[in-house]
Amino acid sequence: MAKSNGASGEKNRLEVLKTYKIYIGGQFPRTESGRYYTPEVAGRPLGNICWSSRKDVRNAVVAARGAQAGWWTRTAYNRGQILYRIAEILEGRRDQFVTELQLQGLTKAAARKQVSQSVDRIIYYAGWCDKYQQVFSSVNPVSASYFNFSVLEPMGVVFVVASEESPLLGLVSLLAPIIAGGNTCIVLASESKPLSSITFGEVLATSDVPGGVVNILTGLRSELVEHFSRHLDINAIAIDSPSEPMLLSIQEFAAENVKRIRHYSVDWKNPDSENPYLIQDFCEVKTTWHPIEQISVSGSGY
Amino acid sequence: MSALKSNFRANSPTVDQVGVVERVNRFATRSIKNEAKLKGLKMVLNMIDLTTLEGMDTEGKVKQLCYKARHLHDAVDGIPCVAAVCVYPNFVGLAKASLAQSGINVASVATAFPSGNSSLDIKLTDVKMAVDQGADEIDMVISRGRLHRGDYQYVYDEIAAVKEACGSARLKTILETGELGTLDNVRLASDIAIAAGADFIKTSTGKIQPAATLPVTLVMLEAIRDHHVKTGQMIGMKPAGGISKAKLALHYLIMVKETLGVQWLNNKWFRFGASSLANDVLMQIVKQQSGAYQSPDYFSID
Repeated sequence: MAKSNGASGEKNRLEVLKTYKIYIGGQFPRTESGRYYTPEVAGRPLGNICWSSRKDVRNAVVAARGAQAGWWTRTAYNRGQILYRIAEILEGRRDQFVTELQLQGLTKAAARKQVSQSVDRIIYYAGWCDKYQQVFSSVNPVSASYFNFSVLEPMGVVFVVASEESPLLGLVSLLAPIIAGGNTCIVLASESKPLSSITFGEVLATSDVPGGVVNILTGLRSELVEHFSRHLDINAIAIDSPSEPMLLSIQEFAAENVKRIRHYSVDWKNPDSENPYLIQDFCEVKTTWHPIEQISVSGSGY
Repeated sequence: MSALKSNFRANSPTVDQVGVVERVNRFATRSIKNEAKLKGLKMVLNMIDLTTLEGMDTEGKVKQLCYKARHLHDAVDGIPCVAAVCVYPNFVGLAKASLAQSGINVASVATAFPSGNSSLDIKLTDVKMAVDQGADEIDMVISRGRLHRGDYQYVYDEIAAVKEACGSARLKTILETGELGTLDNVRLASDIAIAAGADFIKTSTGKIQPAATLPVTLVMLEAIRDHHVKTGQMIGMKPAGGISKAKLALHYLIMVKETLGVQWLNNKWFRFGASSLANDVLMQIVKQQSGAYQSPDYFSID
């Protein structure tokens, strides 16, 4: 323990290094494997980061599956409130995020801009929670006595491979539309810049998001690709800027249970990159044929 | 003998609760390699009493359960069938007919299950009704109220009377450990049931929380072991309720092996009372074979 007395105390103080753990089911466990890796930015190590394993993926899927029905059956309005709350908490911790983004190689100005854009993006999707259904659903004309309508339902559990280069904004830009649509997800954070993703997990843990709705893992993409792509209890995969061989192998593994694969190569700083079609990307359409009687002689139904 | 009977409490050893918990924690740390795990999982399937004990049970539900008992997962070869189907007495005839020539036993709860609060006459009639319809096994409940009052002789006599009414059917005695309060009481009730002639002792009805736990089961296994050391007679064990994961079931098998020995590792001497355990075990077996984690979507509904 460092000696500390009087004015010289601050100078002699031993700094407490934060252990960045993964986020599963509302808890912050260490990886089950006990492994870690030490990413560096400009020769400076960022910290000892959990090197997640196949079993961490499995545990996260169990948590996400368990939370999915409860998350989807909340009212759309309530999901919007919770997303807004995430933005509030993120705003409240903006200094910490700016510092961490700087550690990960951004200039101060760029870091501040990324945090602001992330907050705004969450609020954007918070607003969409109780509106996308009206935009994308439809009443369909059919030539029989049925009331025929189509509504969106979430795909279920989505595995997200977040942006490698945009550790906060990239993550938020995919995560927000996915959970806005009633899905739950497991996010594999940026491999080389993982700090802000775990700190974002701390934001989620303190902002009314039920445990398991978002789960965040850190680790090596190349190692986990096979495990999440083959896992039969994952319904869809969202991947940011995949390399060609990686995308091919994901598609091959995912064919087993026909997972929906969405891949994006988008500059998330661009305001056009936020749109409700991202919510639609992770929903499926349920069409209902509801029998009705002919209600008037003139033939008008619904 | 009468001196022994009247001194149940004095003759039953007290249990070191801290020691039991410490011991139990170690069972969870065994490393089980793939081949042993696969064998263990199949053994678990073969030990399951597939159970439906709901007020809303219907003939259709019982038929469906019997079908499931015979065809756990036809997509995979070499899957054993379960040990028995456990139903209420009024469904015994139906279950017996549905399971004809399958080698699967029919177990029936009886004696005013689950509370056991009725007269001895009614309880014996209940047992006879099940036995007459062809039940191979009877799961009785003990009178917990009498036990708490210290009326051990009554509890003993009741079990002995039910055993007589069972004829050739094997008798499992449910202690309902969740209502017994202490591990000392669990040990006492186990000793009484064994002395009165139970073929099996069983933890719970599944209607009370906590149901089966590892510590409670260990105490009961030790009662069985002590009886075996003293008399050479083997007694069966059936934990029931709350065991829904394959991993936990394997921990139970380890505990049985390390407490009683391999001669107990078959469905003549060890059973799991469960409804949703079978599917989880099947998912793990298919995972072992295919390498991909499974989803409940591709297995039967519990």
